[in-house]
Amino acid sequence: MKTFKPLSVALVGLFAVGFASSASAEAITVVSWGGAYTKSQINAYHKPWEAKTGNKVNSEDYNGGLAEVRAQVEAGNVTWDAVDVELSDAIRGCDEGILEPLPLDELPAGADGSKAADDFIGGTLTECAVGEIVWSTVFAFDKTKMKKTPTSIKDLFDTKNFPGKRGLRKTPRVNLEWALMADGVATADVYKVLSTPEGVNRAFAKLDTIKGEVIWWEAGAQPPQMLADGEVVISSAYNGRLFNAIMVEKKPFDIVWDGQVWDIDLWVVPKGSKNFKTTWDFIKFSTDTQRLADQAKFISYGPVRKSSFPKVQKKMQPHMPTAPVNFKNPLQNDYEFWADNGDELTERFNAWLAG
Amino acid sequence: MAVVSDGAGMLRTADGVPLKQALARATRVNKIKAFLLVAPLLVFILITFIVPILDMMTRSVSSPEVVDALPKTIAELVKWDGTDLPPEAAFAAMAAEMSDKKNKFYLGKAAARLNFQKSGFRSLFNKSQRKIKRVKQGPFKDAFAKIDKRWAQSATWNIIRNASGRYTDVHYLNAIDMNRDPAGEIAAQPKIKRIYVTLFERTIYVSFGVTILCLILAYPISYLLATLPLKTSNLLMILVLLPFWTSLLVRTTAWIVLLQANGVLNDLFVFFGIVNDENRIRMIYNMTGSLIAMTHILMPFMVLPLYSVMKTISPTYMRAARSLGANPFTAFVRVYMPQTVPGIGAGSILVFILAIGYYITPALVGGQSGQLISNLIEYHMKKSLNWGLAAALGGLLLIGILVLYWLYNRIVGIDKMKFG
Repeated sequence: MKTFKPLSVALVGLFAVGFASSASAEAITVVSWGGAYTKSQINAYHKPWEAKTGNKVNSEDYNGGLAEVRAQVEAGNVTWDAVDVELSDAIRGCDEGILEPLPLDELPAGADGSKAADDFIGGTLTECAVGEIVWSTVFAFDKTKMKKTPTSIKDLFDTKNFPGKRGLRKTPRVNLEWALMADGVATADVYKVLSTPEGVNRAFAKLDTIKGEVIWWEAGAQPPQMLADGEVVISSAYNGRLFNAIMVEKKPFDIVWDGQVWDIDLWVVPKGSKNFKTTWDFIKFSTDTQRLADQAKFISYGPVRKSSFPKVQKKMQPHMPTAPVNFKNPLQNDYEFWADNGDELTERFNAWLAG
Repeated sequence: MAVVSDGAGMLRTADGVPLKQALARATRVNKIKAFLLVAPLLVFILITFIVPILDMMTRSVSSPEVVDALPKTIAELVKWDGTDLPPEAAFAAMAAEMSDKKNKFYLGKAAARLNFQKSGFRSLFNKSQRKIKRVKQGPFKDAFAKIDKRWAQSATWNIIRNASGRYTDVHYLNAIDMNRDPAGEIAAQPKIKRIYVTLFERTIYVSFGVTILCLILAYPISYLLATLPLKTSNLLMILVLLPFWTSLLVRTTAWIVLLQANGVLNDLFVFFGIVNDENRIRMIYNMTGSLIAMTHILMPFMVLPLYSVMKTISPTYMRAARSLGANPFTAFVRVYMPQTVPGIGAGSILVFILAIGYYITPALVGGQSGQLISNLIEYHMKKSLNWGLAAALGGLLLIGILVLYWLYNRIVGIDKMKFG
């Protein structure tokens, strides 16, 4: 008995401490993509929210996709509260019923008084998700290695005038769209053409012309690294990662904004989250006008609220995907198209790669 | 019942219990004790290993999504002969089940399942759900046709009907590049979609390559380790173990630094004039990269079993062979090598099985020609969420390994395997 006593006392004490802290403040688990992006969220969202409410945010990293969310929901043991996902996953998860529908009319109005529904740019509020940022897939080149300066998406596919290895993301997304654009399809018609079997063949035929020159990347950190190592001379990449390489690490890269494919990241809540009320409070807070504008201080992704644009720092504005000078020939990623055709096209893409 | 119970001859313990009984009791108690000792491990293996594998295996053949979402429609479709269009009753049942709000969760899953069979089902279901709610009166056949012309095609309904069973072989068919056509016949996938068979072949061939490379490289090292004086061999051992303790990702990234076009090795080649600056050798982001990195990473799994077996071989055998007139080569081949077979077997099986499931390294350094089947399994687990297909691919891999294990047992004998 003697030896057990201190132990049991300690255990009771531990429980008491745990209980006390959970009674006064709640902790939620917020999951995002890691790196510079998560850092920008911690600075702009998590810290001010913790200071305001006294609650705690546990930040976790993941690599995208709904696999973990689905596993948690199916096992009935949901440990993630808010997850930062891409639009196609937000739609898909909502359709499959593994995400909580959100009471969107409770979102705060913009700083200029406009209603949330009007303030968020089109398509960034969906049944189960609240948008945060606009990000873009663009391509960049190493200024020291290129004799001529690439200016349009056609140049990415032009190995004669712009020789050297290319970096592309190992997925049909964006690549098929770009192949068609480089083949002369107008930006507005890309998904219309891609919806036909001939269009898909045409896109793959165009990709065939550079297949031997491509090095495929998977993680967002890879392309700036491959450019810096001289492994590729031109590469597709996420604009935020390039911003970091160019502005912070002073690499001699230049971004080509022509044909940028933009997409959004959104908050979703897995079905059965144990802290729904607190999490929803966090989401409302983090997507208000000020917080979204603050985030753009730390990374060059654009806010989804119109009322946040004027509040973005002047020096950051030219690096935003939505800056008018960059937004001349943009293509919005068509989540409906990819939700329908993603499986089949990826299958074909993988077969094409292996063949 | 021919028990000879000769009371006088029966052995008894001091307190009169028959000895046989007392012994049985004692061994039973010991057995229970032994079982209780291993019970935690047994439970652990059961929960973390056997149950998940069984769960995944079940997923590879089960497909409850469609019948869960549309039970009444399926009941009508089963009666249909598959030509032309299903009866109005099927359309009406579909309309009712699509309008049911509580059914949304299941409809989403069914749409995802059908979308793997034919692209477009996801949006077809979403669109139809939104619109059919407003239709209160039949005929629903026309209402569906008006929403989308695909509802007026027998192929659409055939796909639903083919996916309506609780159990399916379609995941396994897909895993070997086959599929069922709308009529339900098994047919090969179109050429542009065939991939899994190629990748299975490549995976096996890469794993064999890695195993053989590991064996060729590890054998001399292990021999040195086992025969050198302790002081030197300890130092060598550290050289073997140090990479073993280093993170897998770090080692893979180190190979990228060494092997890439502007990497250390190519720079050296150019410096010494072996290749010129324009024609740097491509050693990474292709099969070569996968082979080199995997061989390096898996090497300790070959060295350690070999070493532990070689350590137990007494040097007197070799001396005896020499003194009986064998030259060093014959002595080595006929006396030393056969004794290392258990180590070779253990190391090879370890390396081969680890190699066959490798995916991080090929994903990072494999480029387009160095991808293995596990990369596709990972894709279906994490990205496409086609867990049925992922489970089927994994199941085939498991069967393959079991077959190899059986072969190994037949040829070499598993009792001869020795890890140390």
